[in-house]
Amino acid sequence: MSAVTLPFKRQLRREARAEQVFRALTVCSAALVLIVLAGVLGALVHGAWPALSTFKFGFLTREVWNPVTIQFGALAALYGTVITSLIAMVIAVPLAFGIAVFLTETCPLWLRGPIATCIELLAAVPSIVFGIWGLFVLAPLLQHHVQPWVIDHFEDLPGIGHLFRGPPYGIGLATAGFVLAIMVLPFITSVMREVFLSTPRSLKEAAYGIGATQWEVIWDVVLPNSRAGVIGGIMLGLGRALGETMAVTFVVGNAHRISSSLLAPGTTISASIANEFTEALGPLYTSSLVALGLLLFILTFIIIAAARLLLARLEQRGASV
Amino acid sequence: MKQTTKRWIVAMAGALTALSLMAGASGVARAQDISGAGATFPAPIYAKWAEAYKQQTGVALNYQSIGSGGGIKQIEAATVTFGASDMPLMPQVLQQNGLVQWPMIIGGAIPVVNLAGVQPGQLLLDGPTIAAIYLGDITRWNDPAIQKLNPRLKLPKQDIAPIYRADGSGTNFLFTNFLSKVSPKFAQQVGSNTSVQWPAGLGAKGNEGVANQVLQTAGAIGYVEYAYVVQTHMTYARLRNAAGYYVAPSAQAFQSAAANADWAKAPGFYQVLTNEPGATSWPITGASFILLHVQSHDKNTTAALKFFDWAYNHGQQLAQQLDYVPIPASVVKMVEAKWSSALRVDGQAVWPAK
Repeated sequence: MSAVTLPFKRQLRREARAEQVFRALTVCSAALVLIVLAGVLGALVHGAWPALSTFKFGFLTREVWNPVTIQFGALAALYGTVITSLIAMVIAVPLAFGIAVFLTETCPLWLRGPIATCIELLAAVPSIVFGIWGLFVLAPLLQHHVQPWVIDHFEDLPGIGHLFRGPPYGIGLATAGFVLAIMVLPFITSVMREVFLSTPRSLKEAAYGIGATQWEVIWDVVLPNSRAGVIGGIMLGLGRALGETMAVTFVVGNAHRISSSLLAPGTTISASIANEFTEALGPLYTSSLVALGLLLFILTFIIIAAARLLLARLEQRGASV
Repeated sequence: MKQTTKRWIVAMAGALTALSLMAGASGVARAQDISGAGATFPAPIYAKWAEAYKQQTGVALNYQSIGSGGGIKQIEAATVTFGASDMPLMPQVLQQNGLVQWPMIIGGAIPVVNLAGVQPGQLLLDGPTIAAIYLGDITRWNDPAIQKLNPRLKLPKQDIAPIYRADGSGTNFLFTNFLSKVSPKFAQQVGSNTSVQWPAGLGAKGNEGVANQVLQTAGAIGYVEYAYVVQTHMTYARLRNAAGYYVAPSAQAFQSAAANADWAKAPGFYQVLTNEPGATSWPITGASFILLHVQSHDKNTTAALKFFDWAYNHGQQLAQQLDYVPIPASVVKMVEAKWSSALRVDGQAVWPAK
């Protein structure tokens, strides 16, 4: 009997050791993410320190960006980043919602596959291609046909008229937001489609059974059921829009100014870094650009954290109902 | 099983030896290479020179066109044999960092416009007017200030879109240096540097970016290097120079500006060729500079100097083919005298005095 159990025990021990090694490896892989993240944050803070300690809080609140007098403030870039992303979201979210509803509810079955594939293909287009398209196709179109009309009709509106004033350059914050909207559309759409599909069929059929219209089913049954996923998709898109560099650089106008008009040129954090890093002379200039990077890091972090918090709260409420 | 493992090990070892041998061989070849980094403006001619020089001597030049700022940073960190910059460093900055600089090639920045019905060279502009456009004081093409310079042209009531280089660049430095010289308001509000805070207009990246933006935007004005104007047939404007004449951009006009500069009296070859006197001088002309450490341990320094000497004496024709202006022979003599008197590698002189 012992002749049988002894090798068996040895084998057990060997497997336990293998198990331990495997566990250690997985822990290492997970720890690597944290180490890289901490390293990036550390390097950014270290690089940004000269600028932050010189300009103090003013770095966040000043619009100036002057390499000649060596005065730097991030407000214009921060403003441009937030505004272009907001424009992108205002355009992309309703569109993505429409596409997702069409694909999951109203679209004939044979057409669903091709349309879904096309939208995913849109996500595969490199961002530089969007930039070139924005500059060569979209910008002249907007300058000659769209913006003059917008300026004529909206510039005298009370309250929001100032958003549409100024010469039609074709490029600017609005154009950048528009290009970003097209770029984030596939991300938001595919997430929304997936979560809409996960709504239990019985729930929808029950709603139809008591006489609900298609709109009521979508708004009152499908959407509440997939809230978490929808918000996740929107945040994914927003994260992409905030950090997008090449496409934005082409069409945003690269001007470190805050204008009240959406048609005016502006800049974003990532566009400024991409444009100026190679030629930045002097420690403070370089450090200010690194500080911009740190700011984008923090901004993205805050948005992801806020999304998580929102989700957690929604889930809690869902559980208590 | 064991047999195959052994075979694998032998095969791997063989492959590794072969790889290391190859690496060793290429390492030997690379020791000869001259490495440089910096300004994008002279990059095309440096590449052309390097190609011809390699054919003749077998010595290769590895030049990274990463921008003037990057070139200055890299030579200060001594990661390259030479740095290149379109903006000359002030003599005291050179001294602080233990560097020498000299002019290598001359070129110019040209204002270009996108105006329906206006042919290249038809539009006349002067420095103060361009400064006012870029300050945002003149916003329409039919502004009296522009119309006064162009009594024969019918200018439209169109918004001007001033386009500038968003990336730091030597072209920016030349352009803002010229505008600061002719407009006190521009000097005070904007100043002169490789990148500045523009009060109006839109930015684009690189010469290509500015050229495309001007071509895409109706009513635009921008500034690009001369080669771009020649190659893309853009609508350039004629400029009023310091002597009061309107000149068209050309190699002769740059040459005239360079000839009027007094290099002998410029310490550290600090010389910006904007707004030079002379009836035929182009007002936005500038030299591109090479930077080297006064004291270095870089064994490739002599090879680099030999290359520059070759480019000065045999590279003129290639330069002219690419629409650059070579440095005058009198200046070359001064530069090479500076090499003999100033440059030391491991304490030894590297260029024989003539």
